[in-house]
Amino acid sequence: MALGTMSAQITDFANRADPYPLYAALRKSPVTRQDDGTYLVSTYYEVRSLANDPRLSNDLRNRAPGAGGPAVAEEDTNLPPSFLFHDPPEHDRLRNTTMRPFGPPHSPRFLHDMRDDIAEIITGLLDALEGKDEVDVVEDFAYPLPVTAICRILGVPREDEPRFHGWADTVASGLDPSQGKEKAQEARRELGAYLSDLIEAKRRHPGSGILGSLAQETGSNGSMSTAELVSTSMLLLIAGHETTVNLIGNATLTLLRHPDILKRFQTEPGLVVPLVEEVLRYEPPVQFIPFTAALSDIDIAGTTIPKGAQVWLLLASANRDPKRFEDPDRFDPDREDNQHLGFYTGIHYCFGAPLARMEAQLALPLLFRRIKNPRLTADPPPYRANPVLRGPHHLPVAIDGLAA
Amino acid sequence: MSADADVQALRRKGRIVVVGASLAGLRAAETLRDLGFTGSLTLIGDEPYEPYDRPPLSKQVLLGMEPAEDTALPRKRDIDAEWRLGAAAASLDRAAEHVRLVNGDAVPYDRLLITTGTKARPWLHPEEAALDGVFVLRTRDDSARLSRKLAAGPRRVLVIGAGFTGSEIASVCRERDVEVTVAERAPAPLVGALGEVVAAAAARLQRDHGVDLRCGVSVTALEGDQAGRLRRAHLSDGSAIDVDVAVVSLGAIRNTEWLAGSGLAAGPRGVACDAGCRVFDVNGIVTDDIYAAGDVARSPHPLFGYQFLSLEHWGNAVEQAQVAAHNMVSTGPDRRPHLWVPMFWSVQFGVNIKSVGVPTMGDQLVIAQGALAEGRFVAVYGYRGRVIAAASFDSGKWLGFYQQQIETGASFPPDYAMVDRRTDALQPVDPAFPDPHLPTHEPTVTLTGHSPTERGVQFTAPRA
Ligand SMILES: Cc1cc2nc3c(=O)[nH]c(=O)nc-3n(C[C@H](O)[C@H](O)[C@H](O)COP(=O)(O)OP(=O)(O)OC[C@H]3O[C@@H](n4cnc5c(N)ncnc54)[C@H](O)[C@@H]3O)c2cc1C
Ligand code: HEM
Repeated sequence: MALGTMSAQITDFANRADPYPLYAALRKSPVTRQDDGTYLVSTYYEVRSLANDPRLSNDLRNRAPGAGGPAVAEEDTNLPPSFLFHDPPEHDRLRNTTMRPFGPPHSPRFLHDMRDDIAEIITGLLDALEGKDEVDVVEDFAYPLPVTAICRILGVPREDEPRFHGWADTVASGLDPSQGKEKAQEARRELGAYLSDLIEAKRRHPGSGILGSLAQETGSNGSMSTAELVSTSMLLLIAGHETTVNLIGNATLTLLRHPDILKRFQTEPGLVVPLVEEVLRYEPPVQFIPFTAALSDIDIAGTTIPKGAQVWLLLASANRDPKRFEDPDRFDPDREDNQHLGFYTGIHYCFGAPLARMEAQLALPLLFRRIKNPRLTADPPPYRANPVLRGPHHLPVAIDGLAA
Repeated sequence: MSADADVQALRRKGRIVVVGASLAGLRAAETLRDLGFTGSLTLIGDEPYEPYDRPPLSKQVLLGMEPAEDTALPRKRDIDAEWRLGAAAASLDRAAEHVRLVNGDAVPYDRLLITTGTKARPWLHPEEAALDGVFVLRTRDDSARLSRKLAAGPRRVLVIGAGFTGSEIASVCRERDVEVTVAERAPAPLVGALGEVVAAAAARLQRDHGVDLRCGVSVTALEGDQAGRLRRAHLSDGSAIDVDVAVVSLGAIRNTEWLAGSGLAAGPRGVACDAGCRVFDVNGIVTDDIYAAGDVARSPHPLFGYQFLSLEHWGNAVEQAQVAAHNMVSTGPDRRPHLWVPMFWSVQFGVNIKSVGVPTMGDQLVIAQGALAEGRFVAVYGYRGRVIAAASFDSGKWLGFYQQQIETGASFPPDYAMVDRRTDALQPVDPAFPDPHLPTHEPTVTLTGHSPTERGVQFTAPRA
């Protein structure tokens, strides 16, 4: 598929380890038109303003026919789009329904009650590193943690996990604008079938987790259809799978690149709260949003984005905008007023942000308390192919064993 | 000596006195210290408590979910201030440059900040207001008392006046499964703030939640029993209701009595100040050492035709306090205007209501997103072909966009396609505000006059 010149560079794997110089070049003008008709938005105030602009749609059907842009795995399957790809009112209906068992106002304690469970998962993963002198922080820690956590949260049987690891991986790669979509759609169908069965079973025996509660919402006077719940589950599964891994991976990598901050962190575990926010700014796990469409002409920063155009919102670039963040290329957990866009903003603001924060805030202090004298053995580490959900594929770290 | 040198000296060793130790007073004090003010700072407050937050008083606290003591405002920094709590300011002597407290103490100042806010308008008949069971809601103690009363399971509560506070109280009653009647003189709740078109949605919300909503009527009398306990309320339509609790929520009165005789432009509508928060004297001449911020202040806003706005909005109090503090220790060109775009929120019956701009200025209205009938919508108000305000029910995330529209003077009606727009052609309608000459219950925003001089020296004493 043809991509605009800059978009092609951003998605080019050669730039995966350090896309930031590209973003800096793009920020010379807040909005850049590509030769394929897509518009790249790179500066903080413009990204924030567009993210909150009702003239921008997440509904894939609103893209002009033939508009360039990514293959999104949600197209052309017989499942309805998830709420990420819906506009209000459907978006709000589905998101609010899904929120009911997950967070305030109806379930303010749900996540809090998962804390001990998650801490236990973390300890288990760390204990398993006993006897090693090199660990792959992604493979051994950052990846299994959110997978296990999201399974508990949804109520997916643990023994089924290995079956959809593969599916979820492939479906998420559908968000990669440089990849074809056939494989992703195939995986989506299989995962969909699995989830329908699971929801069917949950309707009779809800068990723990939010799928059990949501299964009760389906049906004749419920607030979502079964197919919509399948799409929603898939969204949660993938969003839970493919993002937190990068947050923990990127945080580990960044700390190892900043030994002074790491040293402070080891004696001051409370630093984790601003530290996680700073990682979300400095190395955001979701780099950009490549699928919004303009419903009408939008005048912004001296450019008119025409109706029907596809718009990429470059969160990672906005997060490094010197107009908003002083000395933006410096990693500084003491930064004040860190209103980064790592979780986006507006009505599609990350649904799982409190969960992601909780996982990272529990995981990082424990990780760095346990692993002794961690050293990067490859810098940059090998990256995942996906330019949107960006992070290391492997993060090999040499250690002097494990503290108790 | 130059003005600059004066200000330098003031920053180092000046005396700043803040009267009114609540949201605006505290945030101003913090800002002063942030700006490097090292002189003496005195906070005078008539309540016995350190600054606390009021919005929860008609929400979480009233619901019994949060104790009234837990509403203390979070401190942004240490302010090293002398606190004179439980001590009301009784008068201001501008010639002597001191504030006189009720106990007779004189507190001298170099710069004075007035943040005395508002109080609840009391029930018009004092002997009825004294009945056991008659409440107002403005302070921590009011909320704690009313919350206890609601917990005791009254048979029926009467809310007099369906502005934001009254509507929130009715909402809490329903959530606590207490029967409630709301009496409102206007045709619907929130009419004064949002106009009848939007207010119709608020009325439906109340009725859907089991509120006995009676509009177009006023309460004429409250009747007690032998023991002085409230028993019955009489309405202007001739009916009577048996109630054991009545909450008077007829809006607020600005706390300016203590300024009587000070020669400042202070009256029942507030303390008039310029956009830099400097208070006017009765001649319309601006003072340079007296500032005002928060609910008590009214100041001209360039975005809204330089009209004097007085806002009872939490966010306004914070912003205006910061501007006032900054200007108190700055000179000439370093001073900043208070250009806050009014923004208000309320939570009632599980719905988040928000407004931005000045809806009461609107001469036209469209439902730009969502639908009134669904109780989820954004109403956009126009004034002479420009977007002047927006109000939302459960769609607050869009208001930042409409704020930008207001700030940039975008044309009205918004004629572009957007998400959740239900009709292709928007038909503007009259938002139907009550006649501005009729008194409303809760003037969240009042607009008066165009220039400081227009009102001249006609500041009337507060009505009894
Ligand atoms: C129940 C309730 C719910 C609210 N909900 C919302 C909401 O949802 N959203 C929103 O935007 N806003 C809301 N508000 C409004 C918001 O709380 C006010 O805008 C804010 O408190 C204004 O702060 P202030 O410091 O200007 O005035 P105030 O908070 O009124 O403080 C003034 C202080 O000065 C004291 N004082 C008065 N006279 C004297 C004197 N002579 N000497 C010494 N001290 C004096 C007063 O006792 C008081 O402590 C609500 C208000 C109430 C009462
Ligand atoms: C560090 C981890 C995470 C980051 C950086 C992140 C980031 C984001 C971003 C940028 C969006 C906006 C996407 C868009 O509109 O195009 C988003 C949406 C979303 N996220 Fe996350 N996310 C993370 C973790 C999670 C987790 C753990 C979950 C699972 C519960 C989750 C669930 C969602 C959902 C459901 C949406 C769609 C929201 C909507 O459309 O209303 N996320 N996330």
